[in-house]
Amino acid sequence: MSDIDSSTVVKIAELARLAMDESQLEGYARELNAILELVEQMEAVDTASVDPLAHPIDATQPFREDEVSEPNQRELFQSIAPSVADGLYLVPKVIE
Amino acid sequence: MFQKSLLELAEGLRRKAYSSVELTTAFLDRIRQHDGVLNAFITVPEQRALADARAADQRLARGEGGVLTGIPVAHKDLFCTQGIKTSCGSRMLDSFVAPYNAAVIERFDAAGAVLLGKTNMDEFAMGSSNENSFYGPVRNPWDTDAVPGGSSGGSAAAVAARLCPAATGTDTGGSVRQPASLCGITGLKPTYGRISRWGMVAYASSLDQAGVLTRNAEDAALMLGVIAGFDPRDSTSVDRPVPDYVAGLSAPFPGLRIGLPKEYFGPGLDPEVARLVTQAVDELQRLGADVREISLPNTALAIPAYYVVAPAEASSNLARYDGVRFGHRCEDPQNLHDLYSRSRAEGFGAEVKRRIMIGTYALSAGYYDAYYLKAQKVRRLIRDDFARAFESVDVILGPTAPTPAFDIGAKADDPVTMYLSDIYTISANLAGLPGISVPCGFVAGRPVGFQVIGPHFEESRLLNLAHHYQQHTDWHLRAPNLD
Repeated sequence: MSDIDSSTVVKIAELARLAMDESQLEGYARELNAILELVEQMEAVDTASVDPLAHPIDATQPFREDEVSEPNQRELFQSIAPSVADGLYLVPKVIE
Repeated sequence: MFQKSLLELAEGLRRKAYSSVELTTAFLDRIRQHDGVLNAFITVPEQRALADARAADQRLARGEGGVLTGIPVAHKDLFCTQGIKTSCGSRMLDSFVAPYNAAVIERFDAAGAVLLGKTNMDEFAMGSSNENSFYGPVRNPWDTDAVPGGSSGGSAAAVAARLCPAATGTDTGGSVRQPASLCGITGLKPTYGRISRWGMVAYASSLDQAGVLTRNAEDAALMLGVIAGFDPRDSTSVDRPVPDYVAGLSAPFPGLRIGLPKEYFGPGLDPEVARLVTQAVDELQRLGADVREISLPNTALAIPAYYVVAPAEASSNLARYDGVRFGHRCEDPQNLHDLYSRSRAEGFGAEVKRRIMIGTYALSAGYYDAYYLKAQKVRRLIRDDFARAFESVDVILGPTAPTPAFDIGAKADDPVTMYLSDIYTISANLAGLPGISVPCGFVAGRPVGFQVIGPHFEESRLLNLAHHYQQHTDWHLRAPNLD
């Protein structure tokens, strides 16, 4: 069906936000193609009239009342963050 | 005391043959003695374990508590444990100290169990050999050149080596059953939705389910009874009564209809494994089972469908690791994009990146129908195969894994060959069915297990079969010599 080359690897890595060296591209292309070859064995069966199955036991999404159920634990959660100040998460400047 | 089952240990605690502190200390000593070689544990929080044990002793002295009160239990390192590192086997979460407890941990805490340690695993539960851990591979206690299986390899090795009486695991494509088989212990993956996944680090959400790794079926029944049940915090948790699994063990067995799928005994199955599984079937027949051949015609499509569904869901679940709120962050990010992509490139290992990449590709514009939608359709065919089979049989039996444990490094460079280790376990995840692996012999000193798959929510039937088998065989009593 499809053949992944180095430029496709660059595109997927960009979508997945994974930094990648030039030297890794060919290796990834080879491995991803091997996995796709396995995956494409699905083509052996005709599924035109089959409905997709999203959930193994046909459950539907449960609902609950829209009420506050969790206390605010900002300090606890920020205690494990890489970089915070004044209750905010710090990242590099986004807008110049 | 290391060879005792959970019920025997509980009885000893009640008789005051030993206290929970003495029991816990003995297991901590044993871990110190042997885990340098096995590497089954990532974290052993000794002070916490002893504090749990002291609290349990007080409960027991007051005549309170249940069967698990005072019993040390190990947990796969993807169950969040408040105040204790929860790494998921990943550099990404090497610094992550969970701010809350997983539902499974809450249940064990409430039962008075002792949190003995957090076990090693394939990174983010992706793997079948436990070689994909940031903390190094786990060794199989039966043969330290061999893998223990994965992804719950640390839990399986720890139970097999008697470093803990029982452990938890998770099973997305076979990650409880396959390592149980390779380590010669009992491993149960319940029905999708049976155990709350609150606080369980997500891999593939339509497949993930917690499970237990134990010495025998009786212990598995006991553990499942503690952790099964509805939890509104997990939207996939199913609100159904939890049967008394221990009481169900001794229910009469003769007449149970066992189906052997011909597709599970075909090419690719090691002939020695086939011989041992057939021997186990003969034993079950002697016990009164009615054995017949069945067909699950779409079996060959299970691995292809899984390697679309699981990576696609993983690529979405693992998007949360961005180096902003928790987890690994790269040094000196130049801008936000650089922060995301370098933190992720440094934090994730090779197999996790491969699955994120394949999942991202499968979900990307133009490919969704060909891969993800197709896989979901195949998933229905696989589930329907089982539904048809269960019209004429009560359970389905076959090998758990196609081979005994392989050598460390043997498949490490070939991901696709590694994926085939889960060929008999993956279908049950796609269909949401419960499955159990039961030890049934050895090939050249390495254990082999058979697998039993049942209809949704029929864990009791699987445990009952395994228990009857274990009453008449002693494979589950064999322990590796660690010296």
